[in-house]
Amino acid sequence: MIIAIMSLSLLGLTLGLLLGLAGRYLKVEQDPIVNDIEAMLPGSQCGQCGFPGCQSAAEALAAGEAAASICPPGGRLLAEALAEKLGIDVDFSMLADDEPVMAAVKEDTCIGCTRCFKVCPTDAIVGAPKQIHAVFKEACTGCKACVEVCPTECLQVHPIKLTLSTWSWPKPALAA
Amino acid sequence: MFRFRGGVHPDSHKQVTGEKPIEVLPLPAKLYVPVQQHIGAPAEPEVRVGDKVLKGQLLAHSQGAISAPIHAPRSGTILDITEHTAPHPSGLGVRTIIIETDGEDRWQDGLKTVNPFELDADEISARVGAAGIVGLGGATFPSAVKLNLGKRHPIYTLIINGGECEPYLTCDDRLMQECADEIIDGIRIMLHALKARQALIAIEDNKPAAIEIMKVAANLFDNVKLVVVPSRYPMGSEKQMVQTLTGLEIPAGKLSADLGVIVHNVGTAYAVHRALRLGRPLVSRIVTVGGGAVKSPRNLEVPLGTLVSTVFQHCGGFSETPARILMGGPMMGQLLPHANVPIVKGSSGVIALTAKEVAIDRARPCIRCGQCINACPCGLLPLEMAARSKKGDLQGAVDYGLMDCIACGSCSYVCPSHIPLVQFFNYAKGELAARRRHQQKADETRKLAEIRIQRLEQEEQAKQEAAARRKAQREAAKAKQEATV
Repeated sequence: MIIAIMSLSLLGLTLGLLLGLAGRYLKVEQDPIVNDIEAMLPGSQCGQCGFPGCQSAAEALAAGEAAASICPPGGRLLAEALAEKLGIDVDFSMLADDEPVMAAVKEDTCIGCTRCFKVCPTDAIVGAPKQIHAVFKEACTGCKACVEVCPTECLQVHPIKLTLSTWSWPKPALAA
Repeated sequence: MFRFRGGVHPDSHKQVTGEKPIEVLPLPAKLYVPVQQHIGAPAEPEVRVGDKVLKGQLLAHSQGAISAPIHAPRSGTILDITEHTAPHPSGLGVRTIIIETDGEDRWQDGLKTVNPFELDADEISARVGAAGIVGLGGATFPSAVKLNLGKRHPIYTLIINGGECEPYLTCDDRLMQECADEIIDGIRIMLHALKARQALIAIEDNKPAAIEIMKVAANLFDNVKLVVVPSRYPMGSEKQMVQTLTGLEIPAGKLSADLGVIVHNVGTAYAVHRALRLGRPLVSRIVTVGGGAVKSPRNLEVPLGTLVSTVFQHCGGFSETPARILMGGPMMGQLLPHANVPIVKGSSGVIALTAKEVAIDRARPCIRCGQCINACPCGLLPLEMAARSKKGDLQGAVDYGLMDCIACGSCSYVCPSHIPLVQFFNYAKGELAARRRHQQKADETRKLAEIRIQRLEQEEQAKQEAAARRKAQREAAKAKQEATV
């Protein structure tokens, strides 16, 4: 009885140690920059870049196959940060910063089809079958995934209006 | 008496209005009362279009920890609750309650007043909060929140800011001359609430009349002292005021309360007196109407929500088209898009400047003379910060102390090359705030997306488990059937 317990424990410990060592020494090296870049991306997996998710977009960026301006929700700020991270130059004059937008449901044409909240990457739309759906302003990223699936075109994105708390002074213009 | 470094001596322009008594503005036909007249969350309207309101009736209640309620400045009917241009350089709209006044000027029955010295600190700050009192020096920070700081920090000194260092403005000066006893009473109520040892009333030495009157009023009480401070801009800034009176510099990112000091404006003390002794909320304020373009400048007691254009009209209109209209002083005031905006709680003055007074000059290259460094009351290097802001190196500007800049404008005032230094800092601070918001949103998005993915996985798992269960049940039933057969 005791011999059986001892031998099984020993076996378990040895195998466990072997597995632990193998995990440490035979680890598959992943390019750390991919992780860094993925952390910088919005992480909403919205797919606007053409890649299935932020992970694959990060891989493409690290491999130099994608432009720094690839991520529309990230905007100019992210493009700048990515360009700095990757040490590449981006022609920012070409990159018109898209006006930030937000989705809104037009109540009189919403049929309550539930398609939009199924595709929303941030769960920003609430609703139930045959009930009018609504968008949580705070959670919407303006990715337009819902606009594409809406059968009645009642979901549209609108530019986010400036308010007193989000307005800020423009850069002073200096006469040359 | 200590001193703060730097500072400037702009021409005060105070004589014109400082010698005339405060006049009461005749009741305007319409009042435009914004729900956001303070730092913090906007108030939420409680009234509906068509409601009749009495003077002092609650129009909108405060929301959240840092907020302030709004009261009806005069009795009348609610015409509309809609967007109206805010007294703000952006010219953007803000939710505004529009009242058509009925001329009866009937007060709502105030809160039953008791001897404030029998109330405890919580009750006093609750009443100050309910009266909608905010910092009337122009910063409009809710006063009740500041009074509550006495609970978290031991407060030794209450400083009453009668500095009024901004040129043109004399509303505090006139208030001290005309309502000294009421101000002292308000100060003693605040002392009681804060359990502070002493109150120091600081007045710049360019207001001899106010000093005389306040001295007499303060002498009646041992724990209220008057301190005459030299006239130097920005004396009225909280950090510089504390440093002048206590010799202590407020550390970066800390509050004056961390040093055991709280600063309130004289106008706030007066409002506290009215709220506690008479049960009256804050519905009007003293406004200096000044500037070279105004025909007959003076101080007015104005109901909140009065349009700036009405105020100018009462002062004889303009002698020439103003080049700029400002709310507050010329150094730190807000540029107004036009005069069709309302007076709010923080409007210490409305100033219409002539083109000559504005004297815009072309910016020339920096000659590195260092005058801005000498003028900076915070000990920063404005020229370095501006160069980095201009280049877009905002982190560099922050490393040079951008966040400690109080935006007093002393650097721009002295710059011989007319470089818009403080304007660069305002831009950089706004841009940094926008980036912070963006980052916050991105973090939120990431969290939401992760939660969603988790949820979808859970749903999928639950589905599979249910399917497996059903299958097992089916098989069990089948086995049972076979066994019975």
